[in-house]
Order: sequence, then C-alpha cells, then structure tokens
Amino acid sequence: MDIRPELILSEGYQLLLVALLFIQSLDQRLQKPAVRCWLPTMAGLGVCLALYNLNASGVIFSGTYCVDKLSQFFKVLISMGFALAVLNASRQPTLDREKRADYFLLMGLSVLGLMILASAAEMITIYLALELSSYSLYALVALRGRECRAAEAAIKYIFFGAAATALALYGFSYILATQHTSYLADLALKPWTWSETPLAIVGMTLFMGGMFYKLALFPLHFWAPDVYQGASNETATFIATLPKLGALVVLMRLVAVVPGPQVTLVIAILAAVSMTYGNLSALVQTDVKRLLGYSAIAHAGYLMVGLVAGTNQGLDAAAFYILVYVLMNFACFWVICRVGADGRNLQLTDLGGLHHRSPALAFVLAVGAFSLVGLPPTAGFMGKFFLLTSAWDHGYNWLVVVAAVNMAISIYYYLNLVRHAYTHDEPERLGALQREPLFSNVWGLMLAGLVLLLGVLPGPVFDAAVAAGSNLIR
Amino acid sequence: MFETAHSVLTVLIFFPLAACLGLILLRHETAIRYYTLGALVLELALAMPLLGFDPAVGGFQFVQKVPWVESLELFYHVGLDGISLFMVALTVAIMPLCVLCSWRYISLRVKEFHFCLLFMTSACVGVFSALDFVLFYIFWEAMLVPMYLLIAVWGGPDRRYASIKFFLYTLAGSTLLLVALIAFRYVGGTFSIPDLMTGDYAFGFQCWTFLAMALAFAIKVPMFPFHTWLPAAHVQAPTAGSVILAAILLKMGTYGFLRFTLPLTPDASHFFAPLMIAFSIASIIYGGAVALSQTDIKKIIAYSSVGHMGFVTLGIFLFNLRGLEGALFQMLNHGITTGALFMMVGAVYERSHSREVTDNMGMGKYLPAFMGFWGLFAFSSFGFPGTNSFVGELLVMLGAFEVKTWIGLATVPGALLAAAYMLRLTQKMAWGAPANAGTWKDLNKREWLYLLPLAFFVLYIGLAPTPLFKVMDPSLKTVTARLQTETTAVASHSVPQSNAASAKRKILLTDAKPHNPAQE
Repeated sequence: MDIRPELILSEGYQLLLVALLFIQSLDQRLQKPAVRCWLPTMAGLGVCLALYNLNASGVIFSGTYCVDKLSQFFKVLISMGFALAVLNASRQPTLDREKRADYFLLMGLSVLGLMILASAAEMITIYLALELSSYSLYALVALRGRECRAAEAAIKYIFFGAAATALALYGFSYILATQHTSYLADLALKPWTWSETPLAIVGMTLFMGGMFYKLALFPLHFWAPDVYQGASNETATFIATLPKLGALVVLMRLVAVVPGPQVTLVIAILAAVSMTYGNLSALVQTDVKRLLGYSAIAHAGYLMVGLVAGTNQGLDAAAFYILVYVLMNFACFWVICRVGADGRNLQLTDLGGLHHRSPALAFVLAVGAFSLVGLPPTAGFMGKFFLLTSAWDHGYNWLVVVAAVNMAISIYYYLNLVRHAYTHDEPERLGALQREPLFSNVWGLMLAGLVLLLGVLPGPVFDAAVAAGSNLIR
Repeated sequence: MFETAHSVLTVLIFFPLAACLGLILLRHETAIRYYTLGALVLELALAMPLLGFDPAVGGFQFVQKVPWVESLELFYHVGLDGISLFMVALTVAIMPLCVLCSWRYISLRVKEFHFCLLFMTSACVGVFSALDFVLFYIFWEAMLVPMYLLIAVWGGPDRRYASIKFFLYTLAGSTLLLVALIAFRYVGGTFSIPDLMTGDYAFGFQCWTFLAMALAFAIKVPMFPFHTWLPAAHVQAPTAGSVILAAILLKMGTYGFLRFTLPLTPDASHFFAPLMIAFSIASIIYGGAVALSQTDIKKIIAYSSVGHMGFVTLGIFLFNLRGLEGALFQMLNHGITTGALFMMVGAVYERSHSREVTDNMGMGKYLPAFMGFWGLFAFSSFGFPGTNSFVGELLVMLGAFEVKTWIGLATVPGALLAAAYMLRLTQKMAWGAPANAGTWKDLNKREWLYLLPLAFFVLYIGLAPTPLFKVMDPSLKTVTARLQTETTAVASHSVPQSNAASAKRKILLTDAKPHNPAQE
C-alpha cells in the first residue's frame, strides 16, 4: 500500500481541525479560545493549503484514492465553502453555547467526508466517504434550538438518506456482480451496453441515485424543501452548498465511466423533470428558505445538462457551474442569515424594505438572485451559458430548450426576492433601522463582487475548471 | 486579427460604468444631478470621434477585437456600421436629456436613480456596438435590471405590476434567443456576427432560429400581439424611464431584426415576411385605433409608439432599400419625437399632477412656449411634411407601394389615425375648456434646454436628410444585397413553398454567389 502524505495535505489538515474541535467539545473548560474566533481563520488557511496543492497528482491507497486535477479543484471549492460556512455560522443564534464545538465538529467531519469523496476512485470508498459526510449532516440538521420542525426535518433527511443509500448499495451489488470490479479505472474498460450488461447499467443508474439524493434531483428531491425550511438558517446554508460539490464530483467520475447514451438519457429526462418541477413549485412559496429549496431542485437539473453531453466540455461546464452555484447560494443565504438575525425563518414579506434598512445586503441579495436566474453580467449567466453551449449538438438539444424555458419560468420567484427587498416599503419596518455590522456588509459584498467578477471575466477560473474536467472521458 | 486601434467604443461603454463609482462618494442630491449630467455630457463629447465615420469605406468601423474567454472563443468585439452608428448617437444624445427631465420629478433615492441611468447608458451603447453574439446578449439582458428598477422603484401607483410584466415578457422572449445563438455557434462555427453574416444555413435551421430571434425582437419592438407590456410599462414608468424605453429600448428590437434576422436568416425572412408584414400593419392600425380612445396622455403616446414601430418593422420586411431607409429613419425619428413627447408629458405632470387629458386642457393661452413645442412634436409624430417623421413614413410607404400596392394602401389608414389622435389631443390641450392652466408657469430654462435640441433635430432631419442617407445607404445596401439575390434567384415565386424549393434555391445561390457583405 502506497501512502504519499504530500498528496493529502488538505484532508490531513481537515482531520487536524476535526481533532482540535473534538478536544474542545470534550469539556466546557476548554471553551477558550471560542471556536468562532479561531476556526474561520484556520479554515481560511485550509483554502490556501488546497490552492497550494492544486496541481498535485497521483494514485494512492492501492488505486482507491485518486489525486488529480479534478479532485484538487473540488478540494479548493470544498475548503473555500467550509471557510465561508464557518464564517457564516460563527454567530448562530439558535445554537446553545455549549454545543458550538460539537456543531463545528460535525460540520468539519462532513467536510472531511466530502474531500475524500472528491478523490475516491473506487466504489466502496465512494460509499464510505458519502456516509461519513452524510451522517454528520443528519445530526447537524437537528441542532436547532427551540424548534421542533428541525427534529422533523432531521428525521425526514435521515430516512430519505437511508433509503437513497440503500438504493445505491443495491445498484452497487449489480455492478459488482456483472463487472467483477469496483475500481472506476477498471470499470471504464468494461463493456457498458444494454445488450451485454443490462444489469450493470441498471446498477449504475441506481448507484447514481445516491448522488441524486445529495443533489436533490427529481425523484430523490423530497427532502430538500422540508430540510431547508426546518434546519437553522446557517445549517441550511451548509446543506445548500457543500454536499452538492461532493455529489457532483462523484457523478462526474461516474459519467466519465459510462459516457454513452444508456445512462445519460435517464439523467437527461430526470434533469428536465427536476428543473421544471423545482421551478414551478418555487413559484408559490412564501418561506424564503423553502423557496431556495425548490430552486435547488431546479438547479440540480441544470447541473445535469453538463453531464448528459457526455463530453469533457460538458464536465468542464458543470465544474464551473457548481462553483458559481456555491457562490451565489452563499450570497443569498448570507443575506438570509443576516436579516433573520434572531434565527427565525424568513418570509418573503420580511425582506420588505431591506433596501432602506441595509442597502448593501439588498444589493447582495439582488446579485445572488439575478445570478440564480442566469442574468448577465453575473456569473450565473456565464455558468448557464457554458452549460447550454456544451450540451448543444450532442443529441440533447431538447434539454437545452427546456433549460432555457425554465430560466424564463424561474425569473418570477427570484425577482420576487428582489422585488420585496427593493419595492416594498413598509413604514412600520422602517422605524427599526439597525446598522449592519461591518463584518456582514464586507463579506456579503465580497461574495457579490465575486459573482459579478466571474460573470465579467470568467476566463482564468473557467480555465481551471477546464483543466479539472478534461481528460476524464477518454 | 486583433485591431485595437479604435478604442472609442470601449470608452463609450465603460466610461459611464466608471462614472458610477464616483457617484458612490457623493451625498448631496444636487451634486449627484450635476455630476451625472456632467458625466453624460462628457460621454456625448467622447462620442465625437464617431463623426469621423467614413460612409465610403463600408462595413464595420471603429472595430476593436480582444480575446475574452479563449477556451470558448468568446471575443470582446465591438464596431459600428451605418445602422448602429445612428443608434449609438441617439443613445448618447438622449441620456443627458433624461437627467434634465427628471431633475424635479425624482426626489427619492436620487443616487440610485442616476446609478441606473449610467448603467443603462453603458448597456445600451453595448447592445448597439457589440459584434459578438454573446457580448450582444449580455448587454441585451444587462439592460433589463436597471430598466426594471426604474419602473419598479420610481414608477406610478401600479408600478409593481407593470415592472414585473415588463421583466417577464422581455426575459421570456430572449431565453430562446440564447438557444438560437448557441445553435449558430455550432452551425456557423463562430460567435462573430460579421462572420456569421456570410454563412449559408439550411432552410429548416433558418426557420426555427428566425422564430426564436423574431420572438425576442418582436416582444421588444413591440409588435402587435406581443405589445401588451408596453402601455403598462410606459404609463407607470417615471419620465426618464418612458423616454429611455421609447427612444432606445424599443429600437433594440428593430435593430435586432436589421442586424440579425435579415442577414443571418435571409431565406426564412423571405418565408415569414408576409406574416411579419401582416403583424406590422396590424400594429399600425391597432396602435392608432387604440390611441384614439385613450384618455390618459401617456397612454395615447404609448399606443402611438406601437403604431410607429409598426411602420419600422413594415419597412424592414419590405426588403427594398426605400423600406429599410424608411425604417432606420423612423427608428431615429421615433426616438427623437416620442422621447420629446414623453418629456413634455412629464413636464405637464409636474404642473397638474395628472396625466388625464381633461386635467390638462386650455394651455394654449397660458403656456404658449410649451404648446408651441408640443405642437411641433405632435405634428412630427404624425408625419407632417417638413418634420422628421415625414421623411421616414414617406420612405416606408414608397417602399410598400414598390412591393405591392395593397400593402401601401394598408398603411394609409394608419397615417390618418395618427393625425386624428394627435390633433385631437393637441386641440384639447391647447384650447380645451375648462382651462385649468391659469396658474401654471410656462417652460423654465431647464425645460427649454432639453426641448430645444430635440426640436432642432426634428426640423433638421425633416428639411435636410441627405447627409443621413449618405451614411446609412452603404450599410443598408449590404443588407438588401444579401436579400435581393434571394429574390432574383426565385424570381417567379417570392415565397418558398417547400424545403425542396429552398434546396433548389441554395444551388442557385452557390452558382451566383452574392456580393459579400462587407467585412472590416
């Protein structure tokens, strides 16, 4: 067994953070220094480490663990997302003081699982990493003080999660039975056709189901609105962003194994249904987080557009889009967490007059929402444009049209967010003018700035995504 | 390959954006107004090098092409020809006047308002000068957000409904435009508009891309069945919003037809021309008829816009030089005249706080200067000889009679209707009783300042249009050249009946390759 520690710096560092958090969670006397003081900085260092290791490559642990451009690109995204999530959750109002270390411990563990997921090149490893990241999340959802809906959401999440995992394992048994290997590199060399290995294709589709669950792709989407609504604002932020990274990277590897139309047709149909269903359901929502939950279902559909193309360009576009997706979701949730400072669930009407109360946050929300629609000059447009361009002319033109029409449907509810923030001036709210702390404005504007910057000059980052996605399909 | 010599367009696009940054530092409202006015006047001054446009050269000028996203072959590619030059000129000329006409009207959130105006300027100049399909689309969509905010934040009582309708309509129309441009990338191999213009595309492909593009452009124009957002948006928008909407935004639709639909899908344009002509005539007559029955001044002018833009689309789909010249003239004229009329409605609203005709009667005696200007613009609106619109409407009618007598005849009621509703409105405003204008003040200096230049252009274009012809003709001829070869090739039947016919035509086309539309 070969171990090269220099390849797994990010994972090691994350493990160190988890260990520190574990020690702090053991005893109340170890509360100082407070987690929220040291963890964001340390997580920020993790991003630097991941960037430093961006070009590492090699296969370790007897071929089960593949460090390549793709995994390193995603590890940068995951560690960046972790840093943002920690920063966002640092002043969580619905979390008891003594549970803080445990909360971040679970979050850190989940992130560790995602990092392993990014590199896993063998199906059992994938499964284990997936479980590692999921189980901590299940507990995280329930950690919302004074709220019984959180418990309900956690139960829904774990039941659906268990069912999806069972589905994935069942599919894995088919693959193993027909192809006699669980290594992705070997699987790529096996025949994948309906005539020769029908069971393997069924199995692969089921195995992907486990990832669809994480992405909230139809028909494994049921948990998303409930969990988004039931979990605390900060936990919902985490669930809305990071697990999608892990799910997408595995799907990219799996699609690269079976790029043919046998599996992608199913994905294309699910994608079309998912985006239409998500967008139509979101139209009538009034709870902001629930609305974003349905928007997540729709976006899972958009992401799949890149995968069905069955080309490296499509995978590049999906890798770029998930980055954009994480950023714009962070921007929206950042505003939600700040506006709902007392930890309550925001209704659309709560956003009324935000423009007066906090111009900076209103701007961040507008940028995030317009980016989710896909309006230029935001990164959301560039991401969607790359996705649609890559999928055209590969047999799925109808999916591109469906995606474009869905953009038109989705504008209504995203615009609703902006409309409430900018045009609903309720006098009784104006009285309660509160000055936003500098911290929230600066980080919010930074996120909005990133979304705009990636919309205007996507070149360098897109090239990194291209490097990540290329050479997957040979 | 990379021509960076001419950066005048880049300056025009990005200068207002840079000016936005300066706006953040200002606090005092008057300072903000003067600052924005100064920035937009400077923008106008920066546009002066465009006067060096050489009509004799043909093709695109002031071209700048810089790689943007290399892995997808996206370019920052801008340039002007004889069509877009006028539109850019119109944009940079109208925008400072928009600041002037909202000097009093806008008293809330002044900084954000002027921020929107500056952003709008950038996006509009960008739309008209982009030569890369994706760049065009980005500017085209980017302009939605400030326009939405202009209506939704500073609009009238029904502003939320109107602004959402505007946004949904225009965005829904343009998503399919995105699909079409992606398809052109694969079939034509490039996003570059000048390169795409020379390609030959299969008839079936042309048909669906024509429909996708035409939907986006027809909603923006707006043509008859897609026009319902326009009156709502116009009536609710603040004065500056209405002016921008009428003078610049609507032109983007017709500009799209001229720049994309005709050159990229010539066969499909021929195929669908009867439909488009029918829609245009319906717009002319419907817009006029509905305008006749309105009691709100702004609504009358909004519906008159539908009619005027009908003339423009009619001119475009006649496929002859007269028609295209007329269409381009009408685009320019409508921008000047209707822009001016909306400004005057804003001015009268500041006095009466009502847009109802009955609340604004009998001004002839008390506000002679105001009514003088109003008379001039109203006469221009229905194409009185000597004013600018006369030139445009006459050209479109000439073109129509050239094609088919009945098309020409069908436009006549439209012109009559325009005279009817404008004269009725003007008569009531000037001499209607009871007069309630007794205490109102006549035009102040600021109002003189923004009406005079418009009045000058109304008469100048009306009396001496020759220089404009010289600039626009070479560019329009390249458009007609691409279309005419199609018609000569199918001399007998002007509308292809089937795919087989078009395939036959393709062969004819490749035999007699048309004179290449000029490249830069």
